[in-house]
Amino acid sequence: MSIISLEGVGRTVERPDAPPLTILSSVDLEIADGDRVSVVGRSGSGKSTLLNLLGLLDRPTQGTIRFDGAEVRRLSDARLARLRGASIGFVFQQFNLLPGRTAIENVMTPLLYDRGTAFWRRERLATEMLGRVGLGERITSMPDRMSGGEQQRVAIARALVRRPRLILADEPTGALDLETGGTVMALMEEVARETGAALVTITHDPAIARRAVRHLRLDAGVISPLDDEPGPGGTSPADATAPIGAVERAPLARVAATETDEVLA
Amino acid sequence: MIAWLGRTLTGVVSTFVESAEELRIHRTRVLLSLIGVAVAVFALTTVLGAAAVAQQALDESNERGSGRPAMLSASLFTPSGEPVDADAANAAWRSAAERHEIGYESRVAYGTLSAQFVDGLSNVDSTVVDVDYGVMHRTAMQEGQWFVDGDEQRFAPALVVNRPFWEKLGSPPLATHPTVELRGADGPVTAVVVGVVRTSDYETYPRSFALADSVDRFGLVPEAYLAFGYEAWVPIDAAEELAIRLTAELTAALPGTEASVNRQDYLSWGGGDPLLVLKLVVAGVAVVILLLGALGLVTISLVTVKYRIREIGIRRSFGATSGRVFFSVLMESVVGTAVAGGIGVALAIVAVKSPLFEQLVGQGMVEDFPPFPLDAALIGIASSVLVGALAGLLPAVTAVRVRVIDAIRF
Repeated sequence: MSIISLEGVGRTVERPDAPPLTILSSVDLEIADGDRVSVVGRSGSGKSTLLNLLGLLDRPTQGTIRFDGAEVRRLSDARLARLRGASIGFVFQQFNLLPGRTAIENVMTPLLYDRGTAFWRRERLATEMLGRVGLGERITSMPDRMSGGEQQRVAIARALVRRPRLILADEPTGALDLETGGTVMALMEEVARETGAALVTITHDPAIARRAVRHLRLDAGVISPLDDEPGPGGTSPADATAPIGAVERAPLARVAATETDEVLA
Repeated sequence: MIAWLGRTLTGVVSTFVESAEELRIHRTRVLLSLIGVAVAVFALTTVLGAAAVAQQALDESNERGSGRPAMLSASLFTPSGEPVDADAANAAWRSAAERHEIGYESRVAYGTLSAQFVDGLSNVDSTVVDVDYGVMHRTAMQEGQWFVDGDEQRFAPALVVNRPFWEKLGSPPLATHPTVELRGADGPVTAVVVGVVRTSDYETYPRSFALADSVDRFGLVPEAYLAFGYEAWVPIDAAEELAIRLTAELTAALPGTEASVNRQDYLSWGGGDPLLVLKLVVAGVAVVILLLGALGLVTISLVTVKYRIREIGIRRSFGATSGRVFFSVLMESVVGTAVAGGIGVALAIVAVKSPLFEQLVGQGMVEDFPPFPLDAALIGIASSVLVGALAGLLPAVTAVRVRVIDAIRF
């Protein structure tokens, strides 16, 4: 089932003494439950802007975004905030843990915005989620006393504690070493698989990109499929931007590493 | 409906929980930034509280001099200057007082007693009164008691004296019934000191009160020098009408005599509040202090909001609406200043109610120290909340205007 769809989406920004700058243009993309999507691209290619649009943090200047079939343009800021809180989880490169708060307080933060029973059970849910990411013994630790990998695991627990349908990871391993990065990605994928959430990863790291099922490239604001050959489940380059559902993860060898590396060069 | 109520309740509770959490996390910074507000509220509230005590001291001082409001003063005189027939005047006054059911009334005259002290004979100013005078003039006692009914029947006249008088006698315990020899019409008269009035430090000359009937019976003051007036403590609302009626009735009852009945209490003096200028000046200073405290708070809040922009962005990314962020930042300021205001008010109460302060402002002359004025405490708290709201508004608006995507990258 489609979570979010972008149809002809563009994003331009006005500049005072220059013509408008086009960051994204004519992006068509659909993310469905269980999707595994990676987006690669050079710096300034529009990756973060795309992530912000997918995360309902920004509004497009052209085209239409639909979330659960509802046109985002028509939703109020408050409604968008609630939708974001309930359905989308963010994992940032720099973890962005709230300072001065313990691991469990950080994980409980999104639950403060839940207007249902999750708010009242926030401590138990946060404890469970921290246990799920292997930090059950460190729930009262301050982030600045934790390693980078542990901090990112706290961030993952925080992103997933409300069981979002869409997980947006912006360079989630950018601040981690190779091994820790791999562990963190495996954890995120595992939890996402358990909850049936879609996972969209923006990365410069070809190894991380290869873990996804659908591989997209952003170049000067234009999105295109990265695969030349049919992807897992028979996905061809032509329909790589279409949702493929919760397909089996592609073997890493299926992703053309050379092409990925070329993009990142 | 129940689901909606549940969501709303959860929304309200979670908003306050979040604000409390924010306050807890930032408590050190918040408390430090609120020192200025606490000091300002302390100053403002102390001024208001001190003004109330000073007002009470002034009122009591005025009441001791001119009597409690409304105090009517009646004077009788003849156009020719002949003395007024005292007995007839007394009878006319008593009759009028009974007719109007005046509960407290007294004869009042001023004379001089000749008293024998160890250092010789001294003339002592004396106020010659009836028993009710003590209540009517809020006479506060330092030692012993004021006159009571029956004192005029004593074989030795009772005297109430001031502290210098008492000290000239050697400050004897009143339980020993100290006496003083007065010069009466028929020779020395031994008077008993029954009470010592509370006396200002500025009063250094001996003074006494004597009962009119005793003075009359023992001839303590030559009659020719004793011109009685009358005082009546009446309800304020009825004072004006009673003054007119008493004037007419006394004039009618005493042919050849003219009566003048007027209010003499301080409320009838007009001219407004004598402490008003002082209050305004000090309150003005306190308000300036409060504004400076608020300015400091706004500055700190703005700086910290800038510092916390990333944090605000992160919260927004997890579903915090702009309303929640606004409320959270505003509440942080309001709750903080309310706490600071509470501390300021508490300190002000401790300061104003301290014996040192009461002695300083009251100069030992305030009989009934007023409780700490509730309005001063409320003004203190309200000011701090208002300052918190105003100081929190700007940072809250700034926080709401932050673009989430910019904030996260901040």
